[in-house]
Amino acid sequence: MEQQSNITHKYLRPKKKFPNVWCPGCGIGIAMGAMIRAIDGLGLQKDDVAIVSGIGCTARIPVYLDFNTLHTTHGRPIAFATGVKLANPKLKVIVVSGDGDLLAIGGNHFIHAARRNMDITVILVNNYIYGMTGGQYSPTTPVTKLASTAPYGMIEQSFDPAALAKASGATFVARGTVYHATQLSRLMAQAIERPGFSLVEVISNCHTQYGRMNREGSAVKMILWQKEHAVPATVASKMTPEQLEGKFVIGVLHEAQKPGYVEEYQKIIDRFRAADEEKLGEVVVSG
Amino acid sequence: MSETVKLYKSNQPLLMQGNEACGWGALAAGCRFFAGYPITPSTEIAELLARNLPRVGGYFIQMEDEIASIAAIIGASVAGSKSMTATSGPGYSLMQENLGYAYMAEVPIVVVNVQRGGPSTGLPTKVSQADTMQAKWGTHGDYYPIVLAPSSVKECFDMTIKAFNMAEQYRVPVTVLTDEVLGHMREIVILPEPSAVKVLNRPRPVDPPEWYKHFEITPDYLSPMASFGEGYRFHLTGLTHDESGFPTAKPNEIKAKLDKLKLKITRHREQITEIRSDMMEDAHIMVFAYGSTARAARQAIRMARKKRFKVGMVQPYTIWPFPDDKIAPLLENVDTVVVPELNQGQIIGEIERLSRRHVKVVPLQRYDGELITPSQIVDVIKEEHA
Repeated sequence: MEQQSNITHKYLRPKKKFPNVWCPGCGIGIAMGAMIRAIDGLGLQKDDVAIVSGIGCTARIPVYLDFNTLHTTHGRPIAFATGVKLANPKLKVIVVSGDGDLLAIGGNHFIHAARRNMDITVILVNNYIYGMTGGQYSPTTPVTKLASTAPYGMIEQSFDPAALAKASGATFVARGTVYHATQLSRLMAQAIERPGFSLVEVISNCHTQYGRMNREGSAVKMILWQKEHAVPATVASKMTPEQLEGKFVIGVLHEAQKPGYVEEYQKIIDRFRAADEEKLGEVVVSG
Repeated sequence: MSETVKLYKSNQPLLMQGNEACGWGALAAGCRFFAGYPITPSTEIAELLARNLPRVGGYFIQMEDEIASIAAIIGASVAGSKSMTATSGPGYSLMQENLGYAYMAEVPIVVVNVQRGGPSTGLPTKVSQADTMQAKWGTHGDYYPIVLAPSSVKECFDMTIKAFNMAEQYRVPVTVLTDEVLGHMREIVILPEPSAVKVLNRPRPVDPPEWYKHFEITPDYLSPMASFGEGYRFHLTGLTHDESGFPTAKPNEIKAKLDKLKLKITRHREQITEIRSDMMEDAHIMVFAYGSTARAARQAIRMARKKRFKVGMVQPYTIWPFPDDKIAPLLENVDTVVVPELNQGQIIGEIERLSRRHVKVVPLQRYDGELITPSQIVDVIKEEHA
């Protein structure tokens, strides 16, 4: 524990904005810690990492971290991150934001970055609700659950972020929980290390809004719910759909080998480098 | 290596479109990242940069919409690339929120808006100047935009370069406001060698990282700018922030930030603004025109002078900030100002404000998708002269 704290402290901006904005017991801090340990474990330099977020509780993570940090507009962090990555492909670019930011207002950017296999890692902290604005329903709020804007129960079907990413073309998709913090850190490290578009969905708790409205109890109770309902991918593959009813799968959910966007674009640049520049210039001007 | 690439045939006559000239101007200014979304009548800019950016080691990407396009160019600029997007009215509307982000976070970017008729989908293939006020007031909050208005193909080239230079110098988004006619019109131009183009880069920090403040309030309100990945590890946010970039709710820091956004532009208004005046020495009537309308106005004053009307012309190349100090003295000596515009009256309000009712201000507005002709302007001059 002490060793873990020491690692975390190495990457925080202590004189800046602590104490943080999150409610006591919030899972976002655990997700942040897991991300820090993943980066530390990979031996990345602080200068070589950019953390990009949108708007919401999770999107406040970057301000506390001693990396290159970009807190953007609502829903747009993946689009900003795309520019950061292409302007400086050496940077490891990590987007960290919530379910509302990345899947509702930012849903279009999410699927298109996955489709083009853009070399970024998206850490999506899913707490099933808009926390910061006071508990409105999000694209992941389960059917029948209550939210301040679903006072009679949610009637819309919800997104499965991992399935959405896989269908859109992501080359690494994983899910973890803030209860399984060690595994979460490992999954994040795997995602960050890979080229192409990778997603780690983090099941988290918002006891202040979601838990309160749905009578799911304290932070501890909600985190224990994660422990009781999570099924490792390796175990799930041997279970029937009936046995998996009401549970969710954690671990690596999807992997595919495809070149990342940067690698493909670099091939075009290299083609020009190899050619006779003078000649190409004239071709382009007359064309 | 990129310096050795021959971008275009320099120092010889070339026939090209305004949109192409914007693209070559961007490359000559050092643009190395473009993100855009197809929209008439701006798309040729994206197409030219898709072909040519990889030749200079730069990146082109077609994003999923205009919101993503401007987000990506802001991200790229923060990471050190000179960046641009190009669009038209509907796309410019979609970009407004993130344009506000770039004003707030002081990120240099260039946006070319090739204006078409509006509102809404409007007239995709026809000309207008109806985004003049949107370019000033489009996003929410108080901020001070720089907006340039070229009126020829060569000026599209020159002003795109100037837009990059001012974006870098003042750490601000700069809009190049052209229109459908300028964008698609072809003229003979002679372009300088890229190496002969005056290129300005963002001021770089001299302090070590521990001392660095990304939004330092300096005597001239312009702060040095480090890029991601260089050891400075700063924080950027659209939240109102202190000099280090961290969110603040302290009234004195909030005011200091908003003052900085204003003063970095207003204190440099003299250097930023540029106008051209023709035949104003003895003029009683001034024609005030910008963009493609200025072309008709120039022809009109020549025609009117032949009829011995004492008429001159003033053309602002910078429309925001409005060149008050350069235009006000010229208004002192005239009785009448004719303001032709391809909208229902936008820039005319600035002339009315400056003239303080001592000068008669006469509108000439056309918003049917067609250009104002020189003879339409001459007719108004004749009427006012009588």
